[in-house]
Amino acid sequence: MIQFENVCKHYGSNVVVDRLNLDVEQGNLVTLIGASGCGKTTTLKMVNRIIEPTSGKIIVNGENVLKQDPVQLRRGIGYVIQQIGLFPNMTISENITVVGQLLGWSKSRMLSRAEELLSLVDMEPAIYMNRYPNELSGGQQQRIGVLRALAADPETILMDEPFGALDPITRDQLQNEFKNLQTQLHKTILFVTHDMDEALKMADTIVLMRDGKLVQAASPEDMLRNPADDYVVNFIGLDRTLRSPDEVLVEESMIPDPVTIEINRGLAEGLERMRKRRVDSLLVVSHDKILSGIVTIKDLQQNLAKGGRIGDVMSKDPTTIHIGNTVREAVLEMARTGVGYLPVIDDHNKLKGLITRASLVNVLSDVLWSNPEAQPEGSASDRAKEVQVR
Amino acid sequence: MMNLLGAATALFPIQMTSKSSVFARVVKVISDNPDEFLTALGQHVFNLVLIPVLLAIVVAVPLGILATRHAVLEKVFLTIVNILQTIPSLALLTLLIVLGLGIGTRPAIVALFLYSLLPILRNTVVGIKNVDPFLKEAALGMGMTGWQRLRMIEMPLAFSVIMGGIRTAAVICIGTGTLAAYIGAGGLGQFIVRGLNFFREELLLVGAVPSALLALLTDYLLGRFERKVTPRGLAIGDRPGHQQ
Ligand SMILES: Nc1ncnc2c1ncn2[C@@H]1O[C@H](COP(=O)(O)OP(=O)(O)OP(=O)(O)O)[C@@H](O)[C@H]1O
Ligand SMILES: [Mg+2]
Repeated sequence: MIQFENVCKHYGSNVVVDRLNLDVEQGNLVTLIGASGCGKTTTLKMVNRIIEPTSGKIIVNGENVLKQDPVQLRRGIGYVIQQIGLFPNMTISENITVVGQLLGWSKSRMLSRAEELLSLVDMEPAIYMNRYPNELSGGQQQRIGVLRALAADPETILMDEPFGALDPITRDQLQNEFKNLQTQLHKTILFVTHDMDEALKMADTIVLMRDGKLVQAASPEDMLRNPADDYVVNFIGLDRTLRSPDEVLVEESMIPDPVTIEINRGLAEGLERMRKRRVDSLLVVSHDKILSGIVTIKDLQQNLAKGGRIGDVMSKDPTTIHIGNTVREAVLEMARTGVGYLPVIDDHNKLKGLITRASLVNVLSDVLWSNPEAQPEGSASDRAKEVQVR
Repeated sequence: MMNLLGAATALFPIQMTSKSSVFARVVKVISDNPDEFLTALGQHVFNLVLIPVLLAIVVAVPLGILATRHAVLEKVFLTIVNILQTIPSLALLTLLIVLGLGIGTRPAIVALFLYSLLPILRNTVVGIKNVDPFLKEAALGMGMTGWQRLRMIEMPLAFSVIMGGIRTAAVICIGTGTLAAYIGAGGLGQFIVRGLNFFREELLLVGAVPSALLALLTDYLLGRFERKVTPRGLAIGDRPGHQQ
């Protein structure tokens, strides 16, 4: 069990962890999640005193860590880092039992423990015991990284983005393996991630941090159903937009009736429409809603004195996306071109809608928290629900 | 120009004879006095290379380790050995004599020891500092004490870099050691000094060629030794565990 009581960490005037209170119950896996720089790693490293807290108390197994000898404390806590950090000068078996060696285990005890653990992750001991880390794949290396943390059978394990450096497929495998392992071992685990999918998959409790503060601590189910505030909603939404974007089509997340203007209208009329509809750009269409260009408030203001038609000042050939493309493709296209919105067109160049960053977030977060019964059959939300369960 | 050349020939009127006859004379010098040659070689290897380099290892490696623990020490140590390195060899030898070390082997050993400090110290510092910080953190997180981290992680990973420094030091000693003959420390330099004094080309070569070969051989053997004791996981070439 790990308890944080009013834990703070300051670097000068910079408050990195701010009055954190948190209990990691015995046998639970708690994920710390939040934007980069919000203090997850700092929080984790204060537990094994790689970083010393500025104030507050951290209690591991009933005893304040600051009262314990850091070397002894660390030998009793498993530690896995994203960079894996296997010792390249030691064999796999030596790496696995390095803590045992520090604790003065006998050679035979270390060997049998290494064999036992390798078998646990289906790595044939005869093959791997005497290899060196650089003779293993990344996924195998991190399996060893995890085994090294388990070897001395610590009650508590700290993991800092343990699967973050792996390719998606390997990551998924290791997550599953580790989850199975945890159901057998019931360790008390503090697990840092920035991947909401990973948090939802692994956690008994998800702790969302922001600027060093705890925003919400809840079970995955609870966090999805009752997000504490907009930040949580956005965080989960944003993240999932980036995570499962290949199943959602652009037409499901576009604004279906963006503000348009006909190509032959005057500039003043364009400005008036922008003011009324509170937008700062208009999609320019010709007859039959064929997309011709985009005009921004700047284009209009700069040319207002000269007069003329919308068609004269608009930017032609805007970046667009076709109906039937996925949200992933939309996101990639936005990233590639740096635009914040994409008009959606069909094969005849007819305007169908508009994708904006906000619309991407909204549709996916809407879908996540909507009440299934309240949704009409076959709606966009149904499709996205599949995304969620996947 | 002509005058300069003339002066040079006057100073070193070495007869440029055919190669085979020079070679024959070199062999003759050695075979006439094999004991003298072997004694000189032995002096060179032991007094002018082995002893100063071993002393330098004993001093520079611990100082280098200390330097990686305190930034101030690193500055101080590296500045001192850098200054030592810039003193010209003969000046340093003379200085040591004047400082009361007398003439002979003692000042030579001290001078070569001082020259060996820089490459070994610098490589010790660099080797340890370049160990991947995440490995250091993993070692810390496993519960290693500072000493255990040094022994189990940092020194093994810095080993080949430190060995590089030792090889450099040995080669410096072999070369600079030829000058030690001027202050009566013996070694292969004796033949060079005598060859220059008596204008005898073959004597010069008896000193110069074996010391050049000795340098090459030493570097090669130390390289082999290094590869032999390096575990497979640290195979030279891609040196894992080091920041690039
Ligand atoms: N030694 C330090 N001195 C000053 N500031 C630091 C130090 N270490 C970390 N910080 C700051 O503390 C904040 C939190 O860092 P931390 O590593 O805990 O973030 P994180 O949540 O783990 O981020 P990431 O997801 O990027 O790993 C960051 O803003 C960082 O710049
Ligand atoms: Mg981090």
